[in-house]
Amino acid sequence: MKYLCLIYEDESALKGMTREQGQAIMADYFAFTEGIKKSGHYVGGEALKPTPTASTVRVRQGKVSTTDGPFAETKEQLGGFYLIEAKDLNDAIQVAARIPGAKTGSIEVRPVEVFG
Amino acid sequence: MTDAAGEEANERVREQIGAIYRSDSRRVLATLIRLLGDFDRAEEATHDAFTAALDTWPVDGVPENPRAWLVSTGRFKAIDRLRRGARFDAALASLAEQLEGSVAPTIAVEDEGVDDDRLRLIFTCCHPALSADARIALTLREVCGLATEQIARAFLTSAPTLAQRVVRAKGKIREARIPYQVPSLTELPDRLDAVLHVIYLVFNEGYSASGGESLTRPDLSAEAIRLGRLLTELLPEPEAIGLLALMLLHDARRAARTSRDGEIVLLDAQDRTLWNREQIDEGLELIERALSLRRFGPYTLQAAIAAVHAEAHESSATDWRQIAGLYDVLMRVDPSPVVELNRAAAVAMRDGPEAGLTLIDAIFARGELAEYHFAYSARADLCRRLGRTTEAVAAYERAAALTNQAPERRFIERRLAELRAAPS
Repeated sequence: MKYLCLIYEDESALKGMTREQGQAIMADYFAFTEGIKKSGHYVGGEALKPTPTASTVRVRQGKVSTTDGPFAETKEQLGGFYLIEAKDLNDAIQVAARIPGAKTGSIEVRPVEVFG
Repeated sequence: MTDAAGEEANERVREQIGAIYRSDSRRVLATLIRLLGDFDRAEEATHDAFTAALDTWPVDGVPENPRAWLVSTGRFKAIDRLRRGARFDAALASLAEQLEGSVAPTIAVEDEGVDDDRLRLIFTCCHPALSADARIALTLREVCGLATEQIARAFLTSAPTLAQRVVRAKGKIREARIPYQVPSLTELPDRLDAVLHVIYLVFNEGYSASGGESLTRPDLSAEAIRLGRLLTELLPEPEAIGLLALMLLHDARRAARTSRDGEIVLLDAQDRTLWNREQIDEGLELIERALSLRRFGPYTLQAAIAAVHAEAHESSATDWRQIAGLYDVLMRVDPSPVVELNRAAAVAMRDGPEAGLTLIDAIFARGELAEYHFAYSARADLCRRLGRTTEAVAAYERAAALTNQAPERRFIERRLAELRAAPS
């Protein structure tokens, strides 16, 4: 079963980091990604640009409206995701717990709907 | 055989089936959930199996291994239902085939692994991915076999609300694929905490109801103790043993905690001859066992505190020095404002009300326990003992406003009446 692991972190904390701190985090993520590729959990994953680059689009009565910023203003922001293949929720939780961002932010684990 | 004799024999078999239902229906359900991979299907199958027993046992006699018979009958009935449903839904046909092929019938009738199934059921019902409310409802429903109406009544909510909660929890188990398994060793500490917490919450609601007309709900305490026994039998971890000891020691005081007309009697005024000595002895033995396993935690420490109370044959003989010391340890292991409040009450008994009051006011000063009626009752009691009547009245009034439980409110009102009558 596929699970989407959404990585929520406080962007402002990331912005205030030194170059070395940033590189250390990147190294953690590379190592983690390598690890779940080897274990067969990895399906896909991306990091996102910060929320000021976000736009939110709605169509109401046929009219498109676009607003600046993310869908919801929250204390922690969606910063990236992994799509993983896991045996069950316990397996997915174990993978999610190893995502570097879990130590400072929160990981939302969502099972992926299968149609048909 | 005459008709009357036959009817009597039938009645005996029916009684036997009733007894097997009470002792084994949860075991049968736990195994069927594993075999069928679905809570609802397993519940239906359990029901079908017992119905079939009522039909056939009076004629064919009670099988040698009734539980194995019930499991395999339930499984066949479930496959049968899927087949009938398959006429409308092709997916059910392949599921029926899969279920039929996946398990050799002999596996289903073996007794081995039945305890594992019950543990699987407990851990699944108490999975941390379910909401706390849902965990309690699901555990009481599936592990204890309580009816939805019973659970709703115990938690002062409506049956439809509770049923909805159970449906949602089962939906999440299915959709998010929460596995039916006992957690691995690395997950165990975290997952065991979740199970113990559910049992503790059920017990607490029974020990001191959060609302309603009576102080206790003995049915819930009894259910929690039964769960605790089951868990320690299946998984004798020190904290599981500690929690069982804690529940037994608290519950041992039940008869002394209310007067004949349902009014609260505080610990220092209780008739200690009413305490259940047998339960106390069992609790003390369990604490010894938990402590000898070394990896004990907050539940064992709380049980040890309850044990000090239990060992005092009269209130004035209570070893407050030891109790305050145990609260110091508890504050290091599992700090919380409520533990701090209880520690303050113990310090007040050891060093005088003034010392306790300073500690309680420090908690309030941090903005904690502002909605907790026991904190105001504790402050009021210490002020009362110090002769600070105005402050005591104010704190009791706040406590009365915050409690939802009738005996508690009446107790506070009695204290208020005494204070207002006293010359100031």
